Amino acid sequence: MIAKIFKILLSFLFITLVSFSIIRLIPGDPAQNIIGERGASEERLIEIRKNLGLDQPLLMQYGHFVLNALKGDFGDSISSKQPVIQEFKVLFPATFELAATALIWSSLLGIGLGIFAAIRRNTFIDYLIVSVSTVGFAMPVFWWGLVCIFVFAVQFMLFPVSGRIDVIFDIPYATGFYFIDAVLAGDGAAFLSACRHIVLPAFVLGTIPLALVTRVTRSAFIDISKEDFIRTARAKGLSSSRIIFKHIFKNALPQILTALGLSLGHLLTGAIMTETLFSWPGLGRWIVTSILARDYPVVQAGLFYSMVIVFAVNFTTDEFVKWVNPRLKESL
Amino acid sequence: MRRLLFLVLFSASSVSFSAQNLIYCSEGSPSSFNPQLVSDGVSMNASSQTVFNRLVEFKKGTTEIEPGLAESWTVSKDQLTYTFKLKKNVQFHSNSFFKPSRALNAEDVVYTFMSQLNPKHPLSIPQANYEYFKAMELDQIIENVSKADEQTVVFKLKRPEAPFLANLAMDFASILSAEYAEFLIKSGKGLKTLETQPIGTGPFVFKSYQKDSTVKFTAFENYFKGRQKIDQLIFSIVADSTVRTQKLKSGECHVMSEPQPQDLENLKANPKLKVLSIEGLNVSYIAFNTEKKPFNNKKVREALSLAMNQKNYIDVIYKSQAQAAKNPIPPSMWSYATATAAVEYNLEKAKKLMAEAGFKNGFETELWTLPVSRAYLPNGKKLGELVQADLEKIGVKVKLVTFDWPTYLEKSKKGDHQMVQFGWIGDNGDPDNFMNVLLGCSAIKAGSNYARWCDQKFDQLLQKAKSMTDQKKRSQFYLEAQNIFNQEKPWFPIAYAKQNKVISTLVQGYKIDPFGHDNFEGVSLK
Repeated sequence: MIAKIFKILLSFLFITLVSFSIIRLIPGDPAQNIIGERGASEERLIEIRKNLGLDQPLLMQYGHFVLNALKGDFGDSISSKQPVIQEFKVLFPATFELAATALIWSSLLGIGLGIFAAIRRNTFIDYLIVSVSTVGFAMPVFWWGLVCIFVFAVQFMLFPVSGRIDVIFDIPYATGFYFIDAVLAGDGAAFLSACRHIVLPAFVLGTIPLALVTRVTRSAFIDISKEDFIRTARAKGLSSSRIIFKHIFKNALPQILTALGLSLGHLLTGAIMTETLFSWPGLGRWIVTSILARDYPVVQAGLFYSMVIVFAVNFTTDEFVKWVNPRLKESL
Repeated sequence: MRRLLFLVLFSASSVSFSAQNLIYCSEGSPSSFNPQLVSDGVSMNASSQTVFNRLVEFKKGTTEIEPGLAESWTVSKDQLTYTFKLKKNVQFHSNSFFKPSRALNAEDVVYTFMSQLNPKHPLSIPQANYEYFKAMELDQIIENVSKADEQTVVFKLKRPEAPFLANLAMDFASILSAEYAEFLIKSGKGLKTLETQPIGTGPFVFKSYQKDSTVKFTAFENYFKGRQKIDQLIFSIVADSTVRTQKLKSGECHVMSEPQPQDLENLKANPKLKVLSIEGLNVSYIAFNTEKKPFNNKKVREALSLAMNQKNYIDVIYKSQAQAAKNPIPPSMWSYATATAAVEYNLEKAKKLMAEAGFKNGFETELWTLPVSRAYLPNGKKLGELVQADLEKIGVKVKLVTFDWPTYLEKSKKGDHQMVQFGWIGDNGDPDNFMNVLLGCSAIKAGSNYARWCDQKFDQLLQKAKSMTDQKKRSQFYLEAQNIFNQEKPWFPIAYAKQNKVISTLVQGYKIDPFGHDNFEGVSLK
């Protein structure tokens, strides 16, 4: 137990140290960004840095950061001057809503396609699924998103081009999740608008996880179906659907879950392209624009969040996998 | 069931506007709604241009000054005292927690300027940078601002400053409510609230803001110039320009900012859209670092200038949406030297000059390319490649270098570069705002003189011109200064980029602004 707490504490310190120092190692600072093309005397730059609290020794700044982070306070953004945590609270639900939607449809479809391809191994349909998923995996998101916008939003006008909800709606903030907030507000039209807005970005964002999950499911299925115990099950005369879902699927699940966990980590931290394209007010773009503006507090908090998410998702996946397949407890 | 769902999801696909909602697709999130603290166009559009007014304002679509909140003004003979008479019955907005008890008066104007001038002023925001106020040197120019009577304000200056009136028309000089600031302190909300809940006198009242998503305004019922025709003004924040274009095409917005030059032809052909253009108040250039060898040699600068094919750059980089530059100020500005010869392209002459300068076999150097897309230069890297190919022809081997934006700024302000791409967008329409900021001797230390070029004669002309208000006399000095610039060639001037906006044909009364602002006063929908 103590070892576990110590491990968590150590990880926390490591995470804060990395998120604190990495942005400061890049040259160029927030003061320069504020001035822009314009000139400023050395005294003026010092004055600006002082106003931003950047004149203190690094060690002290780091100490402040860690102590405040423990209290859940990540300071104020340099560019918007608003508390970082407040911006996070608004942006995180957007990212989560999109990531969850993308992951749900892509994993369901991906597992289905993977199983289908594995059963029909070496047939035309298998080759088709494998080659399409290879293409899907290598799809440049930016290009793919634009194609989807051109076709589905502009040509056929099936969905809106971008945004999270139609601009005319004002749903009161309760949880930040538009699906939930719209229901709470009893606004059916807003709920529908939120649904229509999420379709394209969730489709585009889910493309790569779909390809990944399909491929992982297929190969896991093929590997396991070659195992001796499956041969025994067949020899016993079990029905093939029972073999597939009871025996193979259960044993393939750890691999699939690991792939899903990896995808979720990616979706929650790195949906920058999709967020930019679909003007989705999420965390990815927030972090990237803050890096370019050297908005230290936001970048620190953003990196901190990303690492925590990756840690948490990996940890949960591992625990889940152990639970599904107790045999793996030792090896993990 | 499935069919029903399909119908519900897909019916009424394009957003239907009720006639009073104007939607503007803007490219970024505003950083603050306090006009005194913002320095980027996006934030100005969302604050000073919509919620606020100034004593004097730029006449829509021009750089001329007209009365705003001031009814009239007088300037003393020594140009050190400006007296403004304020309009009567100008009302401030109210919001959910603040209702103004009085109309605009001299107190508000005094507060607006004194809080920026004096950090000890009780309503001055602690740790605020007041970036623009200081950048325009108003902290060194204004001695004091005082109230003469309820509707009269007197500005005392330390030195005559020709562009002073134009400075007062700039965004940071927007008039805030003193009553509101006092209320914020008394109620414990703090002056920070000015950045999220602005109260002004402008045509639109701030309603709500969601980061990276929307900013909403409603028409101000008691606006002193009359209520606007549109009921709601919505900024829809869309970072990617291709997506903005698509939104405009599909009818999801009425006006878009910053279209890409290569998209314009296509947009012009669309019967539902209108492309508006105006000569921009900007210039782009390549600065030679005149403190470094071999660029301290005038012949080398001349030779390089002769070898660069300016016309090609305008065609390729700007898709002809720009004018070839030859002076440090753009042609729409008074005192522009029309007599200057166009930039010459002549390889033979360039090679001869290189030989004379002792570089018969050329030399190796670096060109830093602009890492961001700016209104004055959409694609620095591409321009770098064209320049590299051109200079190769006279034996100059150019290495292209770039950094991300804050690093680029820091390094080039220190003078680490040899050749660097930069540009400038005018603040107030005064030539001083280009020539002094970019080429004055004092600008070397400040960092914005990227050529690090200090010509005593040139600098004296600028200082003389700055100390008088007679535009004719000032013009003479600026013309002479441009002449020196053209002989000495501290820059290779590239282009004066056009400003483009694309609007729906439903929009009426929209005027494109030379400063690049989007202002929706007087705009309506068909």
